[in-house]
Amino acid sequence: MKMKKPKKELTIDQKIKRRNFLSFTVFGAFIAGTYGGWKWLYNSPEETAGITGGVRKPLRRALNKTELFFRRLAFSENHLVKTYPKSMAAKVVRHNTDIGSEGKLPPEKWKLQVKKKSGEVLQITLDELRALPKTEIVYDFKCVEGWDQISHWGGVKFTDFIEHFKLHDEAKLDYVGFETPDKQYYVGIDMPSALHPQTLLAYEVNEQPLPGKYGQPLRLIIPVKYGIKNLKRIGSITFSNTRPHDYWAEQGYDYYSGL
Amino acid sequence: MKVIKEKHPLVMRWTHWVNFPILAIMIWSGMLIYWANDEYSITLFGHTFVRFFPDWFYNTLHIPSRLAEGMAFHFLFMWFFTLNGIFYILYTILSGEWRQLLPNRHSFKEAWLVLLHDLHIRKTSPPQNKYNAAQRIAYTAIIVMGIGSVITGLAIYKPVQFYWLTWLCGGYHLARIWHFVLTIGYVLFFVIHIVQVILAGWNNFRSVVSGFEVIDEKPKPVIQTSNEDEKA
Repeated sequence: MKMKKPKKELTIDQKIKRRNFLSFTVFGAFIAGTYGGWKWLYNSPEETAGITGGVRKPLRRALNKTELFFRRLAFSENHLVKTYPKSMAAKVVRHNTDIGSEGKLPPEKWKLQVKKKSGEVLQITLDELRALPKTEIVYDFKCVEGWDQISHWGGVKFTDFIEHFKLHDEAKLDYVGFETPDKQYYVGIDMPSALHPQTLLAYEVNEQPLPGKYGQPLRLIIPVKYGIKNLKRIGSITFSNTRPHDYWAEQGYDYYSGL
Repeated sequence: MKVIKEKHPLVMRWTHWVNFPILAIMIWSGMLIYWANDEYSITLFGHTFVRFFPDWFYNTLHIPSRLAEGMAFHFLFMWFFTLNGIFYILYTILSGEWRQLLPNRHSFKEAWLVLLHDLHIRKTSPPQNKYNAAQRIAYTAIIVMGIGSVITGLAIYKPVQFYWLTWLCGGYHLARIWHFVLTIGYVLFFVIHIVQVILAGWNNFRSVVSGFEVIDEKPKPVIQTSNEDEKA
């Protein structure tokens, strides 16, 4: 048989058949590829537990990269969180968990420990903090779960705190770590967010000293982060260039968790 | 005589099918997030008509206690959803396909006729080019909804850094509700879309895979009059 290709034009039916065959082959491959890709992602191994944990490896990479992208694109300490009049603040402040801040702490037993770069540890009393200028904020507190509530807090601006205790060298590092006195709860905050002008070391809610379960005697209020980063009952503060350990980042949440 | 009539360009077909799994994953991961605080319901005069969602629904789909996982998926696939959408919109603008898609001044009147026809109330079918009036409105609306999802999504993702978007959406609370309502909208769109695709039949479905429809054309008289408008 001669294999010379006849130059005859295809009939309509042949054309239809040919195009259908091609398209549906590609379509089938697309479906198979999508299914395979999904299977791969869904069954991909979990990251090795460390500073962060609990997320499939590729998803953690995506979380980190996405956060970096948005930080570089949009974060500015000039972007202030919207504030409200005091009258709009909730009388009963919502409370989710008290890991690391259960019950009431005898005030005489508490001192804020600040580990300086030199190795020196500052022991700061609540009265020393109360003597500093007080800053108040009424803003919409946002929980990672999806709820939000306007609440009213008072305390020392973190930048005032840095200034007063001469922690300038420490503030040049990349991260701040906060821990409860019993070390049950801990968060890591990137320095730009910590130095945001609305970040407070709060000792008051609704103009009253913090009650036990709201983080008595001193808690972090950082409006540019979800509630999970707003650690209750600060026991110690550390500074570092590497990410400090973080309770919820170990449980699969984004490390940055910024708003 | 059978004739091949080109219908959907390659880019439109790809973006359509790529969007399907992405949107499915976005809705699913969105539900994983929503479950953590499932507070939305439709309540009128003190009576709750719909609560999103009943427990059996959550349990069947294994939704509970997967907030972190939901966020991880949501914040990855949002990229694909957005990029695919941008690609489609750019293509539609640059190729001129928007002329077949956007509703024109007749569309809103004609869309009623399409509806009446589809519900078998009216016998004669309204003009059907590539898309009929109701399709123009629906397919344009779904793109606008997509843009809405991205904007409201960003507004609740970074309400401080994108405070102007949050403001535009009417605040954090409202942005979240819009984001949720749009998702319900996709689900309703999907249901109607599937019914319509089934009713329209194989020829129509195939055109979204292979790009063309096969139509029967009567043999033309020898002296042919211009047939240009049929290609429109």
